[in-house]
Amino acid sequence: MMESELMTMRRCRELFEAAVHAARAAGVADVEVLVGVRASALTRFANNTIHQNVSDATRYVSVRPLIGKRTARASTNRIDRDGIRSVVQEAIAIARASEPDPDLLPLAEPAPIASVSRFFASTAALSPEDRARGVLEAIRAVESERQTAAGIYSTGQTVDAVLNTNGVEAYHLDSLSQFSITAMAEDSSGWAKASAPDHNAFQPVELARSASRKAALSREPRELPPGRYTVVLEPAAVLDLVGQIFADFSGTALADQKSFLNNRMGQQLFGTNIHIADDVYHPLQTGAPFDGEGVPRRRLALVEAGVPREVARCRLNAAKVNDQPTGHGFPLPNEQGEAPVNIVIAGGDTPLEKLIASTGRGILVTRLWYIREVDPFEKIMTGMTRDGTFLIEGGEPVCGLRNFRFNQGIIELLRNVEALSPCVRSTGEEAMDMVAPAMKVHDFHFSEVTRF
Amino acid sequence: MRDLADHALDAALRPGVSYADVRLIESRERSVSTKNGKVGEVGSTESLGLGIRVLADGAWGFAATDDLSRSGLEQAAALAIRIARASALARKRDVVLAPEEKYVAEWVSPCRIDPFSTSIEDNLKHLLSVDAELRKTSGVTLAETSMSFERQRQWFASSIGSRIDQTRTTAGVGCTAYSFAENEIQKRSYPNSFGGQYQLAGYELVEEVRLLDAAARIAEEAVALHSAPQCPEGEFDLILDGSQLALQIHESIGHPIELDRVLGSEANYAGMSFLTLDKLNSLQYGSEIVNVVCDARLNHGPGLGTFAYDDEGVPAQSIDIIRNGQFVGYMTSRETAAAVGMDRSNGTMRADGWSRIPLIRMTNVSLLPGDQSLDELLAGIDHGIYMETNRSWSIDDRRYNFQFGCEIAWEIRNGKRVRMLKNPTYSGISTEFWNSCAAVANRDHWTLWGVPNCGKGQPEQVMGTGHGASPALFRRIKVGGGYQD
Repeated sequence: MMESELMTMRRCRELFEAAVHAARAAGVADVEVLVGVRASALTRFANNTIHQNVSDATRYVSVRPLIGKRTARASTNRIDRDGIRSVVQEAIAIARASEPDPDLLPLAEPAPIASVSRFFASTAALSPEDRARGVLEAIRAVESERQTAAGIYSTGQTVDAVLNTNGVEAYHLDSLSQFSITAMAEDSSGWAKASAPDHNAFQPVELARSASRKAALSREPRELPPGRYTVVLEPAAVLDLVGQIFADFSGTALADQKSFLNNRMGQQLFGTNIHIADDVYHPLQTGAPFDGEGVPRRRLALVEAGVPREVARCRLNAAKVNDQPTGHGFPLPNEQGEAPVNIVIAGGDTPLEKLIASTGRGILVTRLWYIREVDPFEKIMTGMTRDGTFLIEGGEPVCGLRNFRFNQGIIELLRNVEALSPCVRSTGEEAMDMVAPAMKVHDFHFSEVTRF
Repeated sequence: MRDLADHALDAALRPGVSYADVRLIESRERSVSTKNGKVGEVGSTESLGLGIRVLADGAWGFAATDDLSRSGLEQAAALAIRIARASALARKRDVVLAPEEKYVAEWVSPCRIDPFSTSIEDNLKHLLSVDAELRKTSGVTLAETSMSFERQRQWFASSIGSRIDQTRTTAGVGCTAYSFAENEIQKRSYPNSFGGQYQLAGYELVEEVRLLDAAARIAEEAVALHSAPQCPEGEFDLILDGSQLALQIHESIGHPIELDRVLGSEANYAGMSFLTLDKLNSLQYGSEIVNVVCDARLNHGPGLGTFAYDDEGVPAQSIDIIRNGQFVGYMTSRETAAAVGMDRSNGTMRADGWSRIPLIRMTNVSLLPGDQSLDELLAGIDHGIYMETNRSWSIDDRRYNFQFGCEIAWEIRNGKRVRMLKNPTYSGISTEFWNSCAAVANRDHWTLWGVPNCGKGQPEQVMGTGHGASPALFRRIKVGGGYQD
């Protein structure tokens, strides 16, 4: 969908005004309306052929009235006059039936929002034929190595707008393209993935060649016993593993005593080489610069030199601790409050190749999979390596390894980081995209080995 | 609505299109929750849209839209055909579908109390009373309760002449008590984690689950876990409660038997399966007392995987998966059935709404009950562990190696539960685990559990699945690896 076919700010205003008109007719003055579009197209391939190929588009209007200390939300994708009237009536009816919340705040007030430019018309214009040609070239690169390719090539466009009767008008439009590929040889595999608002930021065929090289290098995998090893985690492995902790950087999670940061804010929790920010304005980040109430998002210093410093705060949580909201709140009403969503883990100055070259004996990890929390306070995570796990000897990857299960505390991991590569925009499958480096970590705990 | 579906289908049947189907779906959801005595979420969502799937030039294309004007439907149909033709640029061979009959049918799932006829006020009143009961126990630092309902009506039309109007109502309800103390977070959920129990049912599920009756017990257990000893590390005889066993079935049997995974369709994301085609009818998956079916029929129970027709218009069926321990069946689609020479799909294709294509999804994958009581299972253990309610779950991308954690465990000595244990985990290899199954409790202990959050596919789809299970005994299982130094 091109920009002109997506929802413009003017159209968002029209829908908002229709909702306000319907609410006022029912005697309700205070209304917040979320409006948006989700459009995506995805070409999926496996066994060196395209086997699924889809496109979808939907619009939504989501209405939240405030009636005294009561609120509720009703949402629809029927955005004609009847649909809007109906969703407003539903929202008012369920808000009136809800219990009053003495802590409920008035609607947000307008505040300046710095703009970010993340829409690329050329990405939105990528056609099914363009995606098929990109996929075909990638398949040929893998097939020429007598391997089998599977993966995706996708594009999407998103509009998100928040408007309320206090005058908030927040609007964001972006595009996103993704390509990922797994190259499979007889007893090994390799993987690569990229995502960016501009599809020209990566070349599918280069990712295919990278995945193919990993598959070739990891053939005839050896089995190493479980134990503690020095590992080099590529950026995708770092983001998927470390990404499991950021929901805890939330003022509401702290107040609920659900966060591992309870009693730990301000302490030297991680190594002094760990610096983590939430920064929607970082040039490699994506997403809207405002939250679910239209509050502008600000940069957060989550961890400075290994010390947890700041957490995200929605308006309600900020009011409770006499602080300013940070612009990370989820649409109300909800239980979770807020979370940072634009993570930037500061990198070091050691390129990935040198992290490997500096390792006498260790394990290089391309990707981690099925990561789940074993212990919520020590942040022990379990999961598997996948699609490119290598033994490093004498500073070089020398052979592939059978995949490991790990049980590793993230707090311990972030104390054991020996060196970091420069950070890059990175994408995996277990956590949100982020800006992250590769890490060299000692004493990483692999607890079991699987059969391949 | 039927006319709109027919119009979209007509628009899709252009030269070169060998098959098309259309799903027009109208859905309505309600979510209500509380946290620490206050309202959490109160939300209502409705959605209406249509997806068109076509086979053109031997390849698949799919387009979905919520623009249900005649021109909107025609544009979506044209886009689906264009996408299929683009797919054909990288085609190795034409897609072939296993034959299927045409059906004209209407089906509405049983629902004794329409959840949308109950008031939000009453929903909240009930949840707040449970919330208050959870917080009566000193040491509970966070109480959460929730209920959710969904009704989905789907009009299916296909080019072989099927016209199926199907309505399903599902419900979910549960509560959790958390306790934070001395740098440790413990929790207990009822009747299950992930928001509780989910079934193909109306508000009657809320009445049957009886949260209020269980609230005090689980709150006390959450607090007591702090002073319980750590679950030991080693090999033990292990009994899993039905809800944990349901997830064990889901991960180590349900996913590996998806024939699309076996054939490589999910290789880049969810992964593949150790159940390669040579294993059918030759692999001893479990011990001789292990019998597993995949059953979408209503007479199996009101599961999240219960329906009358799948999203390709194939009638619900019961499939033997493991018979007396031997692996005997996959879940299939029309395409994968044809690919392996089966004469018919066994009807497991489902989509997460109108904007997604159907994929092979678990229906109700259930372990059939055995013939012993739970007390008889316990009596067979000298020294072992009983684990209850899932806390974490992980399995490799071919479904060999798994590790699960539970919220609570008890040490068993001489056939009796003697003391509570905290932080239990266990791990293993799928086939070794199922071959160690020594006893399965009888139908008195059997429940059809709902897993509401099964992810698969790209774009990812979330599906509800059903798993019938009663507690079962497994010999010499590795315990405690999650907390190993």
